Amino acid sequence: MKKFEILTKEMLTPAICRMKVSAPLLAASALPGQFLMVRADEKGERVPLTISDYDRREGSVTIVTQYIGASSAAIIGKEVGECFADVAGPLGVPSEFVNMDAGQLASQSYIFIAGGVGTAPVYPQAKWLHERGAKVDVIIGAKTADLLIYKEEMAAVCDNLFICTDDGSEGFHGLVTAMLEKLVGEGRKYTMAVAIGPMIMMKFSTLTAKKLGLPITVSLNTLMVDGTGMCGACRVSVGGKTRFACVEGPEFDGYLVDFDEAMRRQGQYRSEEKQALEDHRCKIGRDR
Amino acid sequence: MANRIPRVPVREQDPQVRARNFEEVCHGYNKEEALLEATRCLHCKNPRCVSACPVGLNIPEFVAKLVEGDIYGASAIIEKDSSLPAVCGRVCPQETQCEGSCVLGVKGEAVAIGKLERFVADYVRANPAPEAAAPAIEKNGVKVAIIGSGPAGLACAADLAKWGYDVTIYEALHKAGGVLQYGIPEFRLPKEKVLAHEIADVEKLGVKIETNVLVGRTITIDKLLDEMGFKAVFIGTGAGLPKFMGIPGENLCGVFSANEFLTRNNLMCAYRDDYLTPIHAGKKVCVVGGGNVAMDAARTALRLGAEVHIVYRRTEAELPARKEEVHHAKQEGIIFDLLTNPVAIIGDENGWVKSIRCVKMELGEPDASGRRSPVVIEGSEFEIEADTVIMALGTSSNPLVANTTKGLETTKRGCLVASPEGQTTRAGVFAGGDAVTGAATVILAMGAGRTAAKAIDNYVKNL
Repeated sequence: MKKFEILTKEMLTPAICRMKVSAPLLAASALPGQFLMVRADEKGERVPLTISDYDRREGSVTIVTQYIGASSAAIIGKEVGECFADVAGPLGVPSEFVNMDAGQLASQSYIFIAGGVGTAPVYPQAKWLHERGAKVDVIIGAKTADLLIYKEEMAAVCDNLFICTDDGSEGFHGLVTAMLEKLVGEGRKYTMAVAIGPMIMMKFSTLTAKKLGLPITVSLNTLMVDGTGMCGACRVSVGGKTRFACVEGPEFDGYLVDFDEAMRRQGQYRSEEKQALEDHRCKIGRDR
Repeated sequence: MANRIPRVPVREQDPQVRARNFEEVCHGYNKEEALLEATRCLHCKNPRCVSACPVGLNIPEFVAKLVEGDIYGASAIIEKDSSLPAVCGRVCPQETQCEGSCVLGVKGEAVAIGKLERFVADYVRANPAPEAAAPAIEKNGVKVAIIGSGPAGLACAADLAKWGYDVTIYEALHKAGGVLQYGIPEFRLPKEKVLAHEIADVEKLGVKIETNVLVGRTITIDKLLDEMGFKAVFIGTGAGLPKFMGIPGENLCGVFSANEFLTRNNLMCAYRDDYLTPIHAGKKVCVVGGGNVAMDAARTALRLGAEVHIVYRRTEAELPARKEEVHHAKQEGIIFDLLTNPVAIIGDENGWVKSIRCVKMELGEPDASGRRSPVVIEGSEFEIEADTVIMALGTSSNPLVANTTKGLETTKRGCLVASPEGQTTRAGVFAGGDAVTGAATVILAMGAGRTAAKAIDNYVKNL
């Protein structure tokens, strides 16, 4: 296997791509909750992506990328047998539960709230907990049935899987937060919630969890340049203090996160990115 | 006898022109100019310039070779002590080191040692020596790992490789060079032409560089020593996390650390249309701070098309940046708002920076550093309009390596505890550069790397 070679590639939806990449050192150290940096080509951005799975024996990691702009397009544009210029990681602090002993794990009952492409990083967490005897329920939410990912994979690593769609095309007709309220209302008992998805979903999941008296962890997909603590682009206000999501996160106590600030900061380069995407399209046009 | 002529001036790009491009500011000496400047050296019996150089470069000897017109001879002398002469000739603060202690400087102007060093390195790079057969190195097969490919790591690696060690450098980013790559801009240190070449020279000594490996996450020092067969480790991880002021509004959109701004521009080449990484320079930028990094960020923002102000709480005399950098910045049109300190950053309704609220300062009594400390003038609050604020206030240590390695102690400030020789609190683990001292200079880091190389050699020989 070549360095950072793409071993498998499949489109989970027209805009979401799953790839398995050769990165033995990274796979050997990866734990649930961590992320990595991919640079598709010599002139590409460093793009932070959550680790969706890892296979230590094969020396591979799985990443799931959603098409949003020029840099994600460059990642998705790679084919099996080609290589990324760079893959660095694992980065960030692993999920807190990896430090629990068997006794602690057995007494845990987790509810995961997964939204859109954020469903992929929920998978290794659910899998880890399920394999070690914790009780795991998962809610997956998407706009519509066609955009749901990881249904079969997730069903295999949890006790109960609940699907929600905004348009009611599959499963529960409504938002993940309504589903969470419904489950707790039915008398299901959880010790911990974990929400991973769009910032707005994590914000409202946190508000709901708070209302239900349920502790909640969120995984923040902030802007990053290096991902190693050097640039500070990822800073977020947590409990009134500035924290760096890349080295102190990406997971934080949802109750303490200033989501409104985080959402604003996430959009900081939107106008530049829009321009880049247009330029990218223009270039594609010229080639043809 | 030394030639009693004034210091030969160095050619530079016109300030108006260079303020709009990223090409190198200083053209350096040509052969004629360099050989003429070299004749000014007095060849002192006790050369103070050598003891003032953190790597102990034999300056009078290489300058003497230049006087003879033997540029390759000069290069061979420099190479003994410095693996990065084209870098040092450009970014060292010579005015406080070699040139600052030059006898000629007492009454007139010091020999332009930095420019001469740069000339030799540039000349030899452009005109490689005809019989460039490098002396064969006898390998000892002992593996040493270096964490970080910045100036400390490269200097340490080069010395160890020359002594026969099997050296691997682990670099977290995708390109080697550390601060030389992500921090110092192209217009002061060209990346492809100069830096890549000097790193390649270190690799030619047999040093391996593994990029994309973040030690502490991808692998640990324990693993390097216990499982991967390394006999010693040198930590040269640099300074780390950017500092902020802790004032309201610092997390508004449009507020960046100098590290982020410079990394986007330098490492990620955001100033070039053919690279994807975006950068936001805005129309009016305030850079807070007065060091070399502040100057680099300000001059970068200027080149990206902004009006740029440096906001600094003391006077020009206290600016920690090199005089040359301040001079260049002024020539290019950077505006200095001195004795001014931000107290809050004000945002608009969309969460973007609109202005900085500042107070005027005056200088009071000297503080511990000997500099007169700035005191707020009551009732002097005012606002400076700005759409971008860049914080260049220094860095604090990255705790990752210390947290993931058994037996490594840190100071209260989070820096690694190490002896003057670079020995940390764990046997076999050495450290130097900013990771130990906090933010300092390229050349001090190189000096620390070389000192630690000697300590590593001693340690391995006594195993």
